[in-house]
Amino acid sequence: MQDEILRVNNVSFRYAEQDVLKNVSLTLHRGELLGLVGPNGSGKSTLLKIILGLLPLRRGEVFWFGVPLARFRDWTRIGYVSQKASSFNTGFPATVEEVVLMGLTAKLGLFRRPGKKERQAVDEALDLVGMNAFKKRTIGALSGGQQQRVFIARALVTDPEVLILDEPTVGVDMQSEERFYELLETLHRDRALSMILVSHDLGVVSQKMDTVACINHELFYHGAAEKFRDVQDEVVLKTYGREMQVITHGHVLGSHKHSILDACWDASRPTAHDAIVSDELLGNENTSKEATLVGGDKR
Amino acid sequence: MIYMLTHYAFARYALIAGLITGVVAPLIGSFVVVRRLSIIADALAHITLSGVAFGILMGTLSRAMGLVDPVYYGTLFALVAALFIEKLRNVYRFYSELAIPIILSTGVGLGVVLIGLAHGFNVDLMGILFGNILSVTKADLMRIAVAGVVVMGTVFLLYKELVSLSFDEESARLSGVPAGTINFIFSALIALVISVSMQIVGILLVSALITLPVASALRVAHSFQSLIAYSILFAELSVLLGMTASFYFDLATGGTIVLVAVTILLLILLASRLRQYARA
Repeated sequence: MQDEILRVNNVSFRYAEQDVLKNVSLTLHRGELLGLVGPNGSGKSTLLKIILGLLPLRRGEVFWFGVPLARFRDWTRIGYVSQKASSFNTGFPATVEEVVLMGLTAKLGLFRRPGKKERQAVDEALDLVGMNAFKKRTIGALSGGQQQRVFIARALVTDPEVLILDEPTVGVDMQSEERFYELLETLHRDRALSMILVSHDLGVVSQKMDTVACINHELFYHGAAEKFRDVQDEVVLKTYGREMQVITHGHVLGSHKHSILDACWDASRPTAHDAIVSDELLGNENTSKEATLVGGDKR
Repeated sequence: MIYMLTHYAFARYALIAGLITGVVAPLIGSFVVVRRLSIIADALAHITLSGVAFGILMGTLSRAMGLVDPVYYGTLFALVAALFIEKLRNVYRFYSELAIPIILSTGVGLGVVLIGLAHGFNVDLMGILFGNILSVTKADLMRIAVAGVVVMGTVFLLYKELVSLSFDEESARLSGVPAGTINFIFSALIALVISVSMQIVGILLVSALITLPVASALRVAHSFQSLIAYSILFAELSVLLGMTASFYFDLATGGTIVLVAVTILLLILLASRLRQYARA
């Protein structure tokens, strides 16, 4: 059996007398790609913050590399790209190189200044995400997709064993999203990185990840992505509730090889819903631009 | 002016104190502005007023206590307030900016009451509020120099932690940067800078020297290091031109320094607008 990297046992979290998470358990093994999906406000980011120690663990257990969360200190083994990374202060006058170098702050320790070795690590991380040519550019001058690559480079610069990405493609255009998933595949292949991808994009997660965890305050599914496809209707109904519908339509873009579950959205947002329905009714074949419409968010 | 500098010690002390302030105020200001905490400097400056007033009151009550320069009490008050601001920001998590007016109004209220109690309205209140660079003594200069070295040394040693926290506090915390400690040290550095700048531009204008050169530098900087370099350049220009102008035209020095800093900002804004037109 592969090494267990993360174990979450019966984690519950209440906020303002409401259950945000209820008895959630899951695992991540070495080299595994785990997709954590659920609608907006389902507790995905809360779970992530708990396992990263950014929110207090009140009920349940979390083990990183077999070490209980309270005693775990080796955070450089974990790379994290937060959802907020895509909405950072774009006026911050930092170069791409300076941003990636920030990833080494804790690893270097207090009072030590980055030297040649650290600058080399920055170059390697930027090469990996294809952004080395931009290293002297100001971060705010880059596109959303390019910024996302820089933030991934910052997470990779410590050479972590796990990469956690919280809604990484929010605010990123379709082409950049495709390139982003290609980059994840490369990283997984070349570096044997384990990954947790938090998303509400059920279609992409079920196709690109090895395992899927469907969460809406409770865990409704945790297992292989292939098996998930067999039980998707039932799980989606439980996870997303009555308001959600699963729409299957052609997905003609590059690496999306299957058209099993391309999109689902919140039917309470009629504009997005109507747009796709009318496309389908009219027999419009060019549905690729709507293919990642998930949970009502239009990208 | 050269004659003044070569013949009068007070003019030299004033110039050196001004030049030190021209480094430390924008150095800390660069972090303050990008963290969107510009108003914190103002709040801490106002609480420094109450500390200075407390010092004056102590001086009237006890001879021994009066031996301590009121500026030290001011710095101490600002340090304690910096700690309170961090606590209050956690109490009002969704209205964290509330911490600043709370501290600011407490500072002014307490300051006025204490000055009244010390019958200190006849003390050089104008000097405290608007600065009096020509009153810098050798002892003041030593205090300013020591504070300046502490600020520069700390920023040099904790540079990467301060930059990481300023850019993305959540990721910095997660990677293991001791955010609580560094944030407190940062607030303490702001308090020290205020104590340094107080005599140069006065409590009411301290935040101007911390933020205005950075506001100008933001329009031309392409990296964080260049932001600091430009900020210091603009602040030093403001200090030197402001002191020269105040000498020749007999103007209030603190106010003139700040007005020069504003003029630099306006010129840079104008230049960027012209450059945009030229490109279009």
